[in-house]
Amino acid sequence: MMRFLLLFSRQGKLRLQKWFTPMSDREKKKIIRDMTTMVLARQPRSCNFLHWKDLKIIYKRYASLYFCLAVENQENELLALEVIHRYVELLDKYFGNVCELDIIFNFEKAYFILDEFLMGGEIQETSKQIVNRSIEASDMLQETMEEYMSKPAF
Amino acid sequence: MPAVSKGDGMRGLAVFISDIRNCKSKEAEIKRINKELANIRSKFKGDKALDGYSKKKYVCKLLFIFLLGHDIDFGHMEAVNLLSSNKYTEKQIGYLFISVLVNSNSDLIRLINNAIKNDLASRNPTFMNLALHCIANVGSREMAEAFASDIPNILVAGDTMDSVKQSAALCLLRLNRTSPDLVPMGEWTARVVHLLNDQHLGVVTAATSLITTLAQKNPDDFKTAIVLAVARLSRIVTSASIDLQDYTYYFVAAPWLSVKLFRLLQCYPPPEDGALRSRLTECLETVLNKAQEPPKSKKVQHSNAKNAVLFEAISLIIHHDSEPTLLVRACNQLGQFLQHRETNLRYLALESMCTLASSEFSHEAVKTHMETVINALKTERDVSVRQRAVDLLYAMCDRSNAKQIVAEMLSYLETADYSIREEIVLKVAILAEKYAVDYTWYVDTILNLIRIAGDYVSEEVWYRVIQIVINRDDVQGYAAKTVFEALQAPACHENLVKVGGYILGEFGNLIAGDPRSSPLVQFNLLHSKFHLCSVPTRALLLSAYIKFINLFPEVKATIQDVLRSDSQLRNSDVELQQRAVEYLRLSCIASTDILATVLEEMPPFPERESSILAKLKKKKGQSALPDIDDSRRNVNGSTEHSEITDTTNKSSPSLLKDLLATNRPRPSSFSPIMHFARTMDSTPSFTDMLSLSSAPTAGASLLVDVFSDSSTLTSVDVSEEHFPRFVCKNNGVIYENQLLQIGLKSEYRQNLGRMYIFYGNKTSTQLLSFTTSVTTNDVLKTQLNVHAKAVDTIVEGGAQVQQILNIECLSDFKDAPVLGIQFRYGGTLQNIAVKLPVMLNKFFQTTEMTSQEFFQRWKQLGAPQQEVQKIFKANHPMDTDVTKAKILGFGVALLDGVDPNPANFVGAGVIHTKNTQVGCLLRLEPNTQAQMYRLTLRTSREPVSQRLCELLSDQF
Repeated sequence: MMRFLLLFSRQGKLRLQKWFTPMSDREKKKIIRDMTTMVLARQPRSCNFLHWKDLKIIYKRYASLYFCLAVENQENELLALEVIHRYVELLDKYFGNVCELDIIFNFEKAYFILDEFLMGGEIQETSKQIVNRSIEASDMLQETMEEYMSKPAF
Repeated sequence: MPAVSKGDGMRGLAVFISDIRNCKSKEAEIKRINKELANIRSKFKGDKALDGYSKKKYVCKLLFIFLLGHDIDFGHMEAVNLLSSNKYTEKQIGYLFISVLVNSNSDLIRLINNAIKNDLASRNPTFMNLALHCIANVGSREMAEAFASDIPNILVAGDTMDSVKQSAALCLLRLNRTSPDLVPMGEWTARVVHLLNDQHLGVVTAATSLITTLAQKNPDDFKTAIVLAVARLSRIVTSASIDLQDYTYYFVAAPWLSVKLFRLLQCYPPPEDGALRSRLTECLETVLNKAQEPPKSKKVQHSNAKNAVLFEAISLIIHHDSEPTLLVRACNQLGQFLQHRETNLRYLALESMCTLASSEFSHEAVKTHMETVINALKTERDVSVRQRAVDLLYAMCDRSNAKQIVAEMLSYLETADYSIREEIVLKVAILAEKYAVDYTWYVDTILNLIRIAGDYVSEEVWYRVIQIVINRDDVQGYAAKTVFEALQAPACHENLVKVGGYILGEFGNLIAGDPRSSPLVQFNLLHSKFHLCSVPTRALLLSAYIKFINLFPEVKATIQDVLRSDSQLRNSDVELQQRAVEYLRLSCIASTDILATVLEEMPPFPERESSILAKLKKKKGQSALPDIDDSRRNVNGSTEHSEITDTTNKSSPSLLKDLLATNRPRPSSFSPIMHFARTMDSTPSFTDMLSLSSAPTAGASLLVDVFSDSSTLTSVDVSEEHFPRFVCKNNGVIYENQLLQIGLKSEYRQNLGRMYIFYGNKTSTQLLSFTTSVTTNDVLKTQLNVHAKAVDTIVEGGAQVQQILNIECLSDFKDAPVLGIQFRYGGTLQNIAVKLPVMLNKFFQTTEMTSQEFFQRWKQLGAPQQEVQKIFKANHPMDTDVTKAKILGFGVALLDGVDPNPANFVGAGVIHTKNTQVGCLLRLEPNTQAQMYRLTLRTSREPVSQRLCELLSDQF
């Protein structure tokens, strides 16, 4: 099973965190610190896998963002890499050429997309079409609520 | 601002995020956030009721602030309110906030559960999915209690939408992981297996995850999944024409599902049915064949997905470990990957080959790749790949190649990355020991290790070389000669000095015949290093010196002079000073005979698992488990006590203790006795403590406890910290602070007990007005009689006094008496309260019975209230011997051959109280795979079952 997924920038700024098992805030902060220092210190063209405590860390860089996924020991590393890639594809499809700013300004969407794709640390739906369809459906629900549009900002 | 027009776009939120991004400094950011928090707080508190949109927007802002790393202490209630909105987006934000911010023990859970319940009942698939996600995200016990029984119904109901089925399967999986006891197995389990046949591949994928986890715990219940999984796999892997639409990922058919199915099959041995087995073999062969085909795409995603399936197929082949041809093919495939240009594949091939190396069918095939692996060690640029290469060399090592592999690892060590040096040192030490044919090679290897990487040679390693030298007399002379020569180097590592000091102290006589290494030369050589060493090493050298005095009377005067010098006798370090004083005194007053007895050569160490191996295991991921040594020591005294825990957290005394005395109580070793006499210097107590050996090792266990510098409680709160330790044993230290140590020794017979309490004054001044009292609460008074004898009102500095308690058990009880102690120390009144470990199980008498008798009684005690069962996670490593010792310590007889499963433990005993006797049967079933236990107790009285279960279930 997957334990957590972190997205952070080259400067080590955290952009998204998803924890699949309960953890105290202190533990989370420590893990975030460990992951960013460990992954950012890696040389280019190293392999994408690391061992950390009893977990496997799989990371990959897309443009300015690092995606860092921790899985349990018996999980398949290569497929974990493709979990990351599939998530990037889903973000890309939704935002159209996704960039770091999209994820900063629409963090809640990034979470919703992730929730359609993964659940409880397991893959829920691997079909890109189905995930996209359900995200679009929820946006439709949103857009029909015209009253939102008339609200003043702030 | 980026041009995102999707969704509703909460403008206020976007403005706020922009503001934060424009902040030039951390201070400005905090200021802006505080302003926003104040604003939100006033909105939430304001009189005007907020509409859904505003609430949603503010909750979203709070979420953003939290994700920036700031604490959020309000807004939870508003988020919960959003859950009951009938607008999807509001609900969605509410759920998001809760899954990110609400931890599992929040007091809002009940409200949240209510909202979830409504959404689950709504029959609106979108809302149901949100609710299921929330349960999976929070996953608390309270949620599990509320929903664990509903979710299986949602999962298998005929009219449930596919997407809800997927969520329900994974939600159930999550609950099964966190609270397995709450997820009832039942009629639904059989139907879940049939989801493997579902039309919708998304449903199959989610269901496979669930089934795999359930099958790991109860393989027998899910055996039918094997046939379905093989059939499904075969359809995906072998039929070329099948159209999986969107489940084909970069030209690879359903890689996620394939991998999961292979994983599911890894819960089982190879299928027994011939047809099924050959169908599976066909699948595996197809996957191996495909690896040789040219790629259908140049994209890395294609090769990753394809190889992911391949690696998982290889894992299954290795797991089955039954088809030599497949194993060898797998090995050859991995061999190809070893030279692949993709670093990832080289890494995985090395990793996967490690497991292949342990199969008898493929071990030889793996060995043919040794040169490639050694080459990887030298040329790989990535340290994690090199580390895998080290692992593989370690795994493929056997008697035939040990010398070469050890040599390669040693030479790699000279340039190895600092981060992996310690592990390599451990591995070299283990291989050298395991495959040593002649032990001179072993000694040379370890000394080389210390020379090359002295700083990374942990204590376990040099302890081990000493243990081995002591246990094998054929190598002692060589070892003495070699360390003597190694010590000639002008700069040698302190670890070498330690080994040298110890070995020469024991076996220096074996080389003393040679004038080049005469006693005086040996001594001078050691002493020339003395001043460069740390305190623990110096302490060890002093012990070597006193051993020299015994071995070589001719250097006695020289050594006495050294001991007598001010730098020793008045050393500012108390340990060194004390050794110098004691050794000097010993050498002056003791006759040769006594010296020879006291300083006799160390007896052989008992054979046991190498402490280095234990350390390596610990490094390799078992770190999550609690300390193995600690649990063992509690039960078995010092027999299992290994150096690891003590030396890491204690200072010099432990060093001496470990090397000279830990492995068993040895009359011949002098130092613990000296320590002992110092700590408890009044003669009666001294004998008292030593005579505790009701079990052969109990005395030593006390020794260990005496020296452990544990807690320093000063509050008057009732100390219960060590209470649980006494459930399965009767002797030990129940309390300790800077002033006082309280040791216990107790005996029980039928319903009567006697407890000896030893109060040791740890200070050098008197404790005045020393009074003690034993109190029992009102309920306990009617169940337990405790009578305490009086105790002296003054405890001299460094002395120990003893108090006797007589205990009578009238009827079964739950609470424990409290021991109150009051005394004056340095003008202040000290109050201490300690919960005394008088527990119901102490009044057990063992009962031996045959299997037939056992089951007869088991049946008689079949009423529901007579049985108590508890399922719990193992808190300690699941070691059979330790568990046995604990059950025996608990007071019941262990019955062999009763339970059909030899891994289970069955016990029987009778609790004696004045009024009645209560028979008790006990069954403990470990599940090592899940790291869980199930404990079942049957007695004729419900409260007895309850209490015994509480007591025992905390011990594993």
